Formats: sequence, structure tokens, C-alpha cells
Amino acid sequence: MELIAQYGTVFIVIAVIFGLYMTWGIGANDVANVMGTSVGSGAITVTTAIIIAGIFEFAGAAIAGGHVTATIRKGIIDPTPIVNNPEILVFGMLAALLAAAVWLMIASMRGWPVSTTHSIVGAVVGFAMAGIGIDAVKWGKIGQIMASWVVSPLLGGTIAFLLMISIRRLILNTDNPFQSAKRWGPVYVFLVGFIMSLVTLFKGLKHLNLELSGPMSFLVATIIGLAIAAIGWAMINRVQIDETANKDYHFASVEKVFVPMMIFTACGMAFAHGSNDVANGVGPLAAVYGLVQSGGEVAQKSEMPIWILMLGGFGIVVGLATFGYRVMRTIGTKITELTPTRGFCATMAAAATVVLASRTGMPVSTTHIAVGAVMGVGLARGIGALDLRVIGGIVVSWVVTLPIGGILAALFFFTLKGIFT
Amino acid sequence: MARTSALTSLFGRSPFKPMQKHIGVAASCAAEVPALFEALSTGDHAKVVAVKDRIYELEQEADDIKNELRAHLPKSLLLPVDRRDLLEVLDMQDSIADTAQDIAGLLFERPMEIPENLKDPLLALSRRCVDACDQAVKIIGELDELVETGFRGRESDRVSEMVAELNKIETDTDEMGTELVRRLFAQEDQMKPVSVMFWYQLIQWIGDLADYAEKVGNRLRLLLAR
Repeated sequence: MELIAQYGTVFIVIAVIFGLYMTWGIGANDVANVMGTSVGSGAITVTTAIIIAGIFEFAGAAIAGGHVTATIRKGIIDPTPIVNNPEILVFGMLAALLAAAVWLMIASMRGWPVSTTHSIVGAVVGFAMAGIGIDAVKWGKIGQIMASWVVSPLLGGTIAFLLMISIRRLILNTDNPFQSAKRWGPVYVFLVGFIMSLVTLFKGLKHLNLELSGPMSFLVATIIGLAIAAIGWAMINRVQIDETANKDYHFASVEKVFVPMMIFTACGMAFAHGSNDVANGVGPLAAVYGLVQSGGEVAQKSEMPIWILMLGGFGIVVGLATFGYRVMRTIGTKITELTPTRGFCATMAAAATVVLASRTGMPVSTTHIAVGAVMGVGLARGIGALDLRVIGGIVVSWVVTLPIGGILAALFFFTLKGIFT
Repeated sequence: MARTSALTSLFGRSPFKPMQKHIGVAASCAAEVPALFEALSTGDHAKVVAVKDRIYELEQEADDIKNELRAHLPKSLLLPVDRRDLLEVLDMQDSIADTAQDIAGLLFERPMEIPENLKDPLLALSRRCVDACDQAVKIIGELDELVETGFRGRESDRVSEMVAELNKIETDTDEMGTELVRRLFAQEDQMKPVSVMFWYQLIQWIGDLADYAEKVGNRLRLLLAR
């Protein structure tokens, strides 16, 4: 107790620094992956992607990030054994944050497909086992989270597969694909706006003091969806048929219709990522802040302050501006196989899956879901060649990330504990 | 910071662009064959050599594309089509280039004279075979659209029609070849027996250009029927 009273401000400052480091890392690496499908399909430029990411990561974290943050903050571990030593939890959360950030940095420099989420969950669990005891980990919840890591990419893949099939049915396999694209385009845009806002609104804005009933959420989501569809419709209407490009590739003009549509999925994806991954990154920070504010009350009930989520959004933008744009450029040049129609399917599926997961508080891996979604398009026979070895890489990164995140966190935990006591 | 990411390493090299490039080169090998017979019928040996060199060069290029493509088609790739079927299409494409090379090689190594009444039908046959190869190029050019539509629906019907057209062209070349052989045998007593043998061989080879083009189309149709 005295420790927290004595060093409270110091702990918060350290937590803010670690939180910024973590979100900076997410902005530098992860976001490039998230926007990769949009940039790679040639629908938006790197600059546009950065602007979109800047705005919507921020919005996603601030508006819809609360649930995942809560899970990281108090869903994974049971701190009752240490009610009398709340500083243990402070050290642990600081250690988890640093461990996840460091591991992410190492992994992304090596190009390993490591997930932000897995790192942070592994780190929190690692600290809990080392600092409190094996029983302090809510293994049931961990089981759920790990199941969501398997289910979510599959779900993303399935949605992408179905979207691809629907686009073929309704647009590509018709007498006049271009006209069909113009007709159905706004409907797809509506779906993007509707799904994203519905999932977000559905009793999900408590921390903004805005609580809508179920039917109200539906209504508002429909209005938002329609508004977005109207903008999309205006943009789609400006697309002209390109006869010369059509000669070379019959669907060239159809693809052009999907270019403005992809802007919306890119926004949705950035929003979803912000709500999940940024929230992950600032979860421990929120925990430390809550502990210090309550003077060491371990079983804190306080709500998540919005400035923490905004801080996370800020870290992401800085990461993007300093490193992320370069990563994005490389990714953009490597994913040329993704035409706007396929990119649209993959991105929309991934965004919907992520936002759905984060709504339920499940910290999922955006990157792995994006991989799953692209795979779904591939299974619909829509991509030239997909290298399945990456699945192996992902499985390995799973197996490796959890223990390494945990060990690092334990290490940092004892170091911090040694410094302050 | 990151050089690769899960997403970039997910994308393998698509075999379809190289496939299209390969058949383009193979067809341009075949496209030189009529020039070979034109040069031969005017007795322009220098021209024969020049055309032969061009064919050899193009054949080499086709080989390089083929090897490169094969090297980057590991079994770990998820392709929208069966890998073995695709490789068979590639083999057929490559046979077009090989056959053109065989024809050029023989005409270069063994100075031959075209019997007067075979000149026009030979040219006509070789040109029709070039038509067949060009049709195969068009068909393979549809691979992008096929991937977009998942090898189904109208696009796949369109390709089937194109293959049917190719089959028709090949039937033409069959008839032209048979007629040529008939003419050749009708005058075999006036020719050197070895020359007759070689001309027979050459007529077969020219026809093979269209045969392989047709096989490219038919193998591709297998990809649709999955």
C-alpha cells in the first residue's frame, strides 16, 4: 500500500511510457498488415492508408476498445491472493506490457508472424504464474481466449468465402458485370457500415455514457449504414467504364467500381484493429492507472478512462508515421495478387470478425484473422497462389509466443520488484 | 522494421502470369514456321538460318520461363486449380516451342527442296497451325478472368467455347495435313525416298503444332471441370 502511495505517479509515468512503446510498436508493424489488403489491391495509396489508419485506429480504440481492455485488465487473472500487496499487480502489469512490446519488436524485426494479442496475453499469464501463483490465472477464460484464436480466423475465412461467392453470383457472373457492380456496390457498402456500427453500438458504449437499447442500436446502425451507402453510391456513380482496360481484362471496369468501396472496408478494418489491438496494448496501462487511482484497491470497479484509449490511438499514429508507412509500402508491393474485389471480401470479412470478437471482449489476433480471410478467398479459387507454409509459421508463433511472452514478463516482474522494494 | 509479415508471406507467386508469358513465347516460335517455308520455297538459305536462329532463341526463352515457373510451384502452394493439371498444360505449351524448334532444326541441317505442288498447301497448313497456337494464347489469356470468377459460370462457358473453336481449327489442320500427305505419296516415285520420309515427318510435325495447341485447350478445360 505504501509503495503505491509513495511511487504512484512514477508508476503511472512508467506505464504511460511502456504503453506508448507498445502502441508505437503496433503502429509500426501491425497496422501495415491491417491496411495491407487495401494497399496491396491498389485501391488506396499508402498515404491514404496512413490517414485512414490514423483516424480510425484512434476512433476504434476510443469508441469500441473498452471490452478488450477490460478483459486484459481484469479478465485473465484473479488478483484476490494479493489484495494486501497491490504493488505486485502494478509491477506485473508493467512487466507484461514491456515484455509484450519487446517480444513484438524482436519478432517483427525477424519477420515472424507474431500476434500482438498473443504476446500480451502470454505476458499477463506469465506474470501471474510467476508473481501470484498458478491458481491466479483464470484458466477457463484463457481456454476461451485460445479457442477464439482458432475460431476467429476460421470465421473470417468463412465470411470472406461467402462474400466472394456472393460477389460472383450477383456481379461477376451476370450479363453486364459492370452494371451489376454499380447496382450492388452500395449494398455492400451499406453492409460494411451497418455491421460495423451495429456491433459497436449494441450495448457497447457504456464508457461514453451512451447506452442504446437493442432496437435503438438497430435503428442507428441502419441510419449510419444508409448514410455511408449514400456516400459510397455517389463515389461509385462517378466510375466510368474503361473499354481499353476491359479488352485486356474483362473485369477491369468492375474492379474500378470496387476501388472506392475498399476505402470503406479499410476504414472498418482500421476501426476494428483499434478496438482490439490498441485496447490490448493499453489494457495493462489502464490496470496500473486504476490501481494507483484507487490507492491500491485490487478489485477495482472503476470504468476505463477515455484518455488511456486515446493515448493508445496516439501511440499507433506515431508508430505509423515513423515506421509503419515503410512497412506498408513493402507489403503493398508484395500483395499485388489481390484485386479490389478480392481485397474487398478479405478486408470486410476480417473487419467484421475482429469487431465482433472485440465486442465480446475476446482479444483476437487481427493479423491471423486477415490471413484467414485471405485464405477464404483463396479457397473460393480466387487467388493465384497462396503459400500454406505461413500456417505452419503461425502455429509455431503461437507455441513460441505464449511461453516467451510469459518468461519475459516474469523476468521483468522480478526486476521491477527488485528495484522498488 | 519488418521485411516480411504473415500477410506478405501468405502470397506465393501466381503461376498464371508466367503461364501466359510462356505460351506467348511458345506461340511466337510457331509463328516463325511459315516464314521458314517461305524462305525455303524461294531458296533463300540465309533467311532460313536467320529464322531458325530466332526460333532457337525463342525456344530457349520459353524453356527459361518454364523452368522458373516450375521452380516456384512447390506443393505447399494453395492454387485455384490442380497443380498437376496446370503443369500438364505447361508441358503442352512447351511442346509447341519444341516442335517449332524440331522443324527449324531439320530444315537447317538437311537442305531440302519443296516439291512445287506442295509449296502452297504447306504454307497454308503452317499458317493454320499458327492460328491454332494463337487461339491457345487467347485461351490461356483468360486465366485471369477465370481466377476472378472461380473457374465457373459464364466465364468458364466462354472459355469452353474458345476451346471448341480451337478444336475446329485443329480439325482443319488435320484435313490439310492428310491432303498434303496424299499429294506427297502420289509423287513418291519421282522423289528421293529419304526426302519422302523427311517430308512426311515434317508434315506430321507441322500438324503437331496444332495438336499441342489443342491439347493446351483441352487440358485447360479439365481445370474448369473440377
